[in-house]
Amino acid sequence: MPSERKLRIKTLVMVFALVICANIGDLTLKRGMTEIGAVELSAPGLAHSLWLSVTNVKIWIGIFFLVGFMASYMTVLSWADYSYVMPVGAFGYAMLTFFAVVILHEHVSGRRWIGVLVVCFGVLLVGMTKPRTTEAA
Amino acid sequence: MTATIILLGLLICGSTGGEISIARGMKNIGEASLRPKALLKFLGRALQSGWLWIGIGLMAISFYSLLVLLSWHPISFVIPASALSNVVGTLGAKYILREQISGARWAGVLLVCGGVALVAGG
Repeated sequence: MPSERKLRIKTLVMVFALVICANIGDLTLKRGMTEIGAVELSAPGLAHSLWLSVTNVKIWIGIFFLVGFMASYMTVLSWADYSYVMPVGAFGYAMLTFFAVVILHEHVSGRRWIGVLVVCFGVLLVGMTKPRTTEAA
Repeated sequence: MTATIILLGLLICGSTGGEISIARGMKNIGEASLRPKALLKFLGRALQSGWLWIGIGLMAISFYSLLVLLSWHPISFVIPASALSNVVGTLGAKYILREQISGARWAGVLLVCGGVALVAGG
């Protein structure tokens, strides 16, 4: 297999892994923060919300997945351009919308579907460029 | 409103600054192998990189800004606003990491930004 094709496939697999971890982590964090409530921007308010955050299971599950995201992210950045990985990872927004319809049976507006198509087109454009434009260390 | 703008600035600058620092650190370490043992070794070496810890510090600032913003505003406001980090990050990749950003890559980044704003705002 030509090395550039191999590099592209390896990069896209790792981006897929980091997107899954990031999506699950963000959703779980959002649910945790909704349980905690609005954070008050004062020293006692911040201390109180910090305490509520560290004692909330959903926040810890979210952090667990974000650690998985971080490990995948660090790995893929060791060989691929940051400017390649960052926009290609945006296909997570399209994936979230797809899951919302198929699993949660949510109604998705036409505007959102247009957004999904625009994101996919952008990801496709970036995905066709070279994953690495700098010299390997 | 002022606090929201400041926190959005911290969110965008913290996340892109952090990611660029981590990218710099990982490039310095060398290409990771996907074999489990080699991958663990790579992650162990990564933990000794100063760039990684600078990146984590910046991302922690960004993360806490995100938590506060999510507690104030709906996710449909926070995520489209933070999509600007794609543009800031691409500029950072070009001028700090010296990556070559082709016209196709720029076009893709701008489409992704617009698309994210439509998806999260729709």
